[in-house]
Amino acid sequence: MTARARIVVLGGGTGGTMVANRLRRRFDEDDAEIHVVDRDDRHVYQPGLLFVPFGLASLDSIVRPRRRQLHRGIAFHERAVDEVHTDRNEVRLDDGSALPYDVLVVATGARLQPEETDGLLGPGWNERVFTFYEPAGAEELRRALEWFDGGRLVVNLVDMPIKCPVAPLEFAFLADWHLRERGVRARTELVYATPLDGAFTQPVASAELGSLLAEKEIQLVPEFNAAEVDGVEGKLASYDGRTLDFDLLVTVPVHGGAPYVERSPGLGDALGFVPTDRATLQAAAAPNVFALGDATDLPISKAGSVTHFEAATLVENVARHLRGDEPEAGYDGHANCFVETGFGKALMIDFNYETEPLPGTFPGALGLPLLRESRVNHLGKLAFEWVYWHALLPGRELPVIGPAMPTAGKRHVSVHG
Amino acid sequence: MPTTLIADTQVDLDAEGFLTDPTQWDERIAEEIAVANGISELTDRHWQVVRYMRERYLATGTAPSIRSLGKESGVPVKELYELFPKGPAKLAARIGGIPKPRGCV
Repeated sequence: MTARARIVVLGGGTGGTMVANRLRRRFDEDDAEIHVVDRDDRHVYQPGLLFVPFGLASLDSIVRPRRRQLHRGIAFHERAVDEVHTDRNEVRLDDGSALPYDVLVVATGARLQPEETDGLLGPGWNERVFTFYEPAGAEELRRALEWFDGGRLVVNLVDMPIKCPVAPLEFAFLADWHLRERGVRARTELVYATPLDGAFTQPVASAELGSLLAEKEIQLVPEFNAAEVDGVEGKLASYDGRTLDFDLLVTVPVHGGAPYVERSPGLGDALGFVPTDRATLQAAAAPNVFALGDATDLPISKAGSVTHFEAATLVENVARHLRGDEPEAGYDGHANCFVETGFGKALMIDFNYETEPLPGTFPGALGLPLLRESRVNHLGKLAFEWVYWHALLPGRELPVIGPAMPTAGKRHVSVHG
Repeated sequence: MPTTLIADTQVDLDAEGFLTDPTQWDERIAEEIAVANGISELTDRHWQVVRYMRERYLATGTAPSIRSLGKESGVPVKELYELFPKGPAKLAARIGGIPKPRGCV
């Protein structure tokens, strides 16, 4: 490394914070300056949003200041990004100022685009049509559920990719539990409409989660591609002419990348996601640009665990790039998620690019049960919030759980259809 | 893996009828798969989508979703459903001789 390197991280969420903190530990302040840019100072613990509609978490408890999660020696810029110019290694901010960089890390996540579905934001939005994928919507939905006295509740994800693809299923499971506790489940029809051909994308997990839906008397409507919403009449129509009636619609709108990604020449694809090498996490745009988390176009879940496992490879490759070395092809697509199933239980799935979620135990033969409901997984999910703020974001290594997917506890099964 | 004769050519199919090797594909195969899936004739608009799917798959290793098809193929989503009823991305991938779009997890 010659002069002091300048590393600019766009986004102060899960990925940006973790990467900035790890880089700060890795490099002496004399060797690298680190800048983090975000348009606001609210870091949302996004897994907590699922619990807000049921009164199991409050917004206050899941939002913290971004800058407080960053280590000393990291400069925080509370600014929106206007454009990135990878040809001249420069980020332009919305006040017209420029941030030049030697290495750029794109970690600006995904945003909701409800405006892309006809009628979704029309009359009825936040009255009988809700999303819990952002804080204000989750809070509105909590109020609506308090008053919900039965009828047809439809949960719909409009199209992939979405953040945390298991969250809509978890919502349906928790809604079933919540409505039973409140004594209104008998008068409620619960419907789960998805563009996928089953409950989930991958065969073994899809079969397992599909039978959980059936067990809980949640009607699965597969291959439903939502085209239009009428929030006054309570109708959700698909492109192939089917209609689902609803009294309450819980939607997961389509996602795209941050608006500046689309504006920046050569940085993003048509949806605003950043084309990224699946193993090195180098962006296609330039060798000194890296991306991780929900912001990438990678064929793996948009989830915090993915971001966490990617961070290890990304930080290593930033260091290699600054030394003039080739990047390592270190990321294997590892993802790991708890799936809340209600009644104080959860199951866990663990997978990567090559291996679909399988039954067994995690991380080894004596670990947590995989793809099977248990109380211990639910406790794990709750404990994870502490781990997130106190170990993941500061960039500490977790004991036992490394970035590569473990195979020791997995049981291979052959299931299709 | 089943091998089947389509348009006088031996091709390898997966359990759901998608070609596993895109190089085995040609336009006559596409036409025959289309007919078997209820599309009696592939119009220019069909071809525009099928060719775009193939190009994207061969260039990037993943097939585009319906949404990116709607944005990038020049054929809007509504029309995609008219051309390829039920699942446009899946059906166009089948006809185009590429693996089933994974839809990302």
